[in-house]
Amino acid sequence: MLERWHFDRPLFYALVILSVTGLAIVYSAGGDNLNMTIRDSVHLILGFSVMIGLAQVRPTTIARWSPYLFVVGFLMLIAVLGAGTVSNGARRWLGFGPLRFQPSEIMKLALPMMLAWYLSRGPLPIKLPQLLVSGAVILLPALMIIKEPDLGTAFLIAATGFLVLFLAGMGWRTIIVMAASTAAAIPVLWAHMHQYQRQRVYVLFHPESDPLGIGYHTIQGMIAVGSGGLLGKGWLHSTQAHLDFLPQSSTDFIFAVFSEEFGWLGVLALITLYLFILYRGALIAYRAQDTYSRLLAGGLTLVFFLYFFVNMSMVAGLLPVVGVPLPLISYGGTSVITLMAAFGMLMSIHSHRSIAA
Amino acid sequence: MFGSRLSIAMGLVLVLCVILLVRLFDLQIMHYSYYSMLSRQNSINPMPIQPVRGLILDRNGIVLADNFPVFSLDVIPSHVKNLHALIVKLGHLISLNSQDLRDFKRRMGQLHPYDRVVLRSHLTTEEAARVAVNLIHLDGVQLHARLERYYPLGGLAVAAVGYVSRINSWDEAHINRIKYAGVQHIGRLGIEARYQNVLLGRVGFKQVEINAHGRAVRVLSRTPPVAGKNIYLNIDAKMQALAEQALGTFAGGVVAMDPQTGAVLTFVSMPTYDPNEFVDGISERNYKALRDNPLHPLVNRALAGEYDPGSTIKPYYAIAGLASGKISAKHRAWCPGWFRLPGSRHVFHCWKRGGMGLVDMHDAIEQSCDVYFYKLAVKLGINTMTRYLGYFGFGHKTGIGISGELPGLVPNEAWRRAHHLHWYPGETVVAGIGQGPLLITPVQLADAVSAISMYGKRFVPNLVYAIENPVTKTMHYVHATLDPPVPVPKRDFKTVIKGMEAVVYNPQGTAFGMGAKAPYKIAGKTGTAQVMRQNTLQRAERERDLPLQDRDDAVFEAFAPVGDPTIAVAVVEEHGGHGGEIGAAIARKLMDYYLLKDGRPRVPLPPPKTAGGHPPPPERG
Repeated sequence: MLERWHFDRPLFYALVILSVTGLAIVYSAGGDNLNMTIRDSVHLILGFSVMIGLAQVRPTTIARWSPYLFVVGFLMLIAVLGAGTVSNGARRWLGFGPLRFQPSEIMKLALPMMLAWYLSRGPLPIKLPQLLVSGAVILLPALMIIKEPDLGTAFLIAATGFLVLFLAGMGWRTIIVMAASTAAAIPVLWAHMHQYQRQRVYVLFHPESDPLGIGYHTIQGMIAVGSGGLLGKGWLHSTQAHLDFLPQSSTDFIFAVFSEEFGWLGVLALITLYLFILYRGALIAYRAQDTYSRLLAGGLTLVFFLYFFVNMSMVAGLLPVVGVPLPLISYGGTSVITLMAAFGMLMSIHSHRSIAA
Repeated sequence: MFGSRLSIAMGLVLVLCVILLVRLFDLQIMHYSYYSMLSRQNSINPMPIQPVRGLILDRNGIVLADNFPVFSLDVIPSHVKNLHALIVKLGHLISLNSQDLRDFKRRMGQLHPYDRVVLRSHLTTEEAARVAVNLIHLDGVQLHARLERYYPLGGLAVAAVGYVSRINSWDEAHINRIKYAGVQHIGRLGIEARYQNVLLGRVGFKQVEINAHGRAVRVLSRTPPVAGKNIYLNIDAKMQALAEQALGTFAGGVVAMDPQTGAVLTFVSMPTYDPNEFVDGISERNYKALRDNPLHPLVNRALAGEYDPGSTIKPYYAIAGLASGKISAKHRAWCPGWFRLPGSRHVFHCWKRGGMGLVDMHDAIEQSCDVYFYKLAVKLGINTMTRYLGYFGFGHKTGIGISGELPGLVPNEAWRRAHHLHWYPGETVVAGIGQGPLLITPVQLADAVSAISMYGKRFVPNLVYAIENPVTKTMHYVHATLDPPVPVPKRDFKTVIKGMEAVVYNPQGTAFGMGAKAPYKIAGKTGTAQVMRQNTLQRAERERDLPLQDRDDAVFEAFAPVGDPTIAVAVVEEHGGHGGEIGAAIARKLMDYYLLKDGRPRVPLPPPKTAGGHPPPPERG
C-alpha cells in the first residue's frame, strides 16, 4: 500500500519514534501540562503532513522552486528588519494577521536549496567564480540575520551553506583559507557583538561568574544532566524542571530534562536514534542520481546533525547558549514545520529515483 | 568526489557524537554524586541583593529623590498551593482591600509565575511583625524590607527629576536581566530615566542554602552590591518652588538658565503631579484623574509645550535684520496702526489702534510695534527669518537630555512644500510678529534669550551639576556642551539688547515697572500668543472680559544683569493674558532670588569647576 506513495519507511518510523519521545518529554518538562502537549502534537501532525506532501513532489520541481524560495525568503528578511515584530530585544518575527513566523526559518531550507540548485548547474568540483557567487548567497542572508540580531541562527545558516560547498568539493586549500580568515574575523566579530552575546561566550567558560543570568541556565542545565546518572530518575521525575529551577525546560533546554529523566543510557539511545536518521539521510544522498539531489540531501542531513549537536552541546556546557531547539523533541511551532519539510524533500529524492538505477 | 566528501563528513559526525557522549559520561557517571547532591538538596540558590539607588539633590544638597525603608509582602505564585486560601489567611494578619487584590492580580499577569509579586507594600510595623511571626505557616510568602524611592518634596521639579516605577514586562524584554536581578524599579522619566544606569549601581548576590520549604537557612557567600551614584542638579529647589508658586493655578512653563554656564536653574511645568504615586504603580482611578485633568499635568510643558512665541520672537528678527544688512538700527518706519501688502487688500493691524508714528528699531522693540516687524519681515523674506531662528536653536530640540522633548516648529517655504502646499506672502507678514504655525518651547526660549545675552554664545541646557560617588564622596562635575555660536556681530546684539532694556525701563515699554528698584539691569521682551484667532483690535478690547480658556497665552523672556548675565528666564503662562504683567513679575522674583540676598547683591554661586564652593552633601546613614 505504502509503495504507491513516495515514501521512506525506515526514516518515517524513526521520525515517529523521535516525535513521540518528544511529546512525552514536553509533557514532563511543561509540568505535566496536557494543553501544551496537545498543541505540540498539532504542530507535529502538521509537520508530518507537510513532509508527506513534499515527498510526493518530484525533485526536479523542487529544484525549480529553489531560487524563487530563496528570493522570497531574502525579501522577507529585509521586511523583518524594516517592519518585524520585536520580541526579547530582537526583531525576528514577521506577522500576517494572527500568524507570526521567523523568515530565518525559511532561510534554513532556502539556502541549501539555492546553493544546490546553483552549483548543480555548473561543473563540479567548484571553481573560484562559483565559490564567490556561493559566498555571496551565504553571507547576504547571514548578515541580515546577524542584524536582527540572532547570532546563533546566522551562524547555523552560514554553516549550512558551508556544508553544501564542502559536499560540492570545495578544495581543501580553500577550506583552510576560510578557516583561517574566520579565525581572523573573530576579534572583529567580537567587537561588533552585542553585550549579551559576549556575555554568553564569556559565561560559557566561567558559568559561576554569572549565577543569576545565563550562567544560571548552564549551571542548572548541568545539574539536571549530571544528576540523571546512568539510568535517570524516570519519566516525570525531573526535579530540576518540576521545581522551576530550569528555565526554558520545554524548549531549548529540553535535553537537560531528557538526560535527567533517562540518564546516560537514555542519551545513548537518543543519539543512536539521531544517528540512524543521519544514516538514512546519508544513504539517500549517496544513492541520489543528480547533483542537485545529492547536494540537497547531503546538506539537509548534515544540517540536521548540526542542530541536534549544537543543542546538546549547549546543554552539556560545551558550546555557548544559543537559541537552537532540539529537533523534534523541543516544543516549537515553525521549527517543526521546516524540519519536516526538509525530511519531505529527502523522501522525495529517495523515492523518485528512476528504476533503472 | 561527492561520495568521499559525504564519507568524510559522516566520519566527523561520528567523532563529534563520541565527544558529546564522553562529555555526558563525565557529567552523568563520573560526577554523578556531585550533581546528584546538588539536585537532591537543590539547596544552593543565588539571591540578588539590590543596590541602593543614588539620590537626586538640588545644587545646594536639598534632597529631591530619596530612599525610604518600606516593608512589603511578596508572594511567589508558583510556590503557593491555594492562592485564595492564602489570601484569606493573610487577610487576618494585615489589611487587604479590594484595590490591593486588583493590583496584585494585574502585577501577577505581568510577571512570571516564579517571580515575586508584591501583594501589599508599605506595611505598618505591627503588620510586618504579625506576618513575620506567622511566616512559618505561609508557604510562598516573603516579607521584605527594602529601600524604596520617595520624593520628599512631592511634585516639585518633577518635570526635571521624573520618577521611577515598577519594572514591567516590556522593560524586562529590553533590559539586561543580570544587571537588574532583584531590582524592582526603573527610572521612567526625567533625570531618573536619563541617568538610570548611574543611579542604579551594581547588583550584588549571595549564595543561599535553602531547605525543603524554600527558606534560606545559611548564607554561603556574598558579593556586596555597589550603591548607585548621587546626582546633584543645577536646579535650585527654593527658586523652583518660588517659580511654581508664582504660576499659581495657571498652567505653563518656566525655565531659568545661567547663560554663562548653560546651567538650568529652574525647570517648571505647571500643574505638577505627585511622582510618589507612580512608584508602586498608580491606581487606575488616580491615573484617570491625571489623564483627564483639563490642564494635562502629565505634559512636560518646559520641553514639550509648544507655544506661539508671540512678540517674544521679535528680537530675533531684529537681529536677523541687522546681521543680514537688510535694515539698519537707525532706519525708521511709519506705523499708521495698520499694514497692507502691495497689491493685496488684506489689512494687518498693529496692536496699538492709532499707530505709533515714526519708529526705529529701538522703539519698535520697546513698544513691540507690529507694523515695524511686518515691514521687516517683508524685507527679510521667510527663508532668511527662519535661518536666523535656526541659529538660535528654534525648530530643533535643545538636547537637554531628558526624554519627551519636542522640537517646536519653524515653518518656511520648504516646510510647506513638504506638505504639498504653497507659502503665501501674507504668512511671512504675520510670522514677523510671531504668529502663524511657528511654535517654540519654554526651554528653547530660555536657551535663545541666553544666547542674546551672551552675544551669540550658546550652550545645550544642562540640568546636572555633578555626579557624586557616595562612598568616596568624590564629585564628578558635569559641564554643559557648547552649541555652535550665533554668527552675528556683537554690536548687533548690543543694539537689540538696548531695545530690550527699554522694554523694562522706558515708560512706553511693554514691561515697564518690572525693573523698579532693581539694583541690576534687566533686558526683556513681552509676548502675547493668540489662542483664539481673531482680529487684533477686537482682542485688545475684549481681553479682560474673556473667559479664562479663551484668553491669550502670556510669554516673557528676560535676562540680567545686562553685560554680565547670570540668569535668563523664559515664562509661558497659558491664558495669562498679556506677557508684560504676570510673566515679568515671575521673572523678577526669580532674578531677585538669584541675584540678591536681603535686597543686596548676592555672592555669586561658584561655577561648577570649583569644588570648594560646593556645600558638603548631607550625611546619610
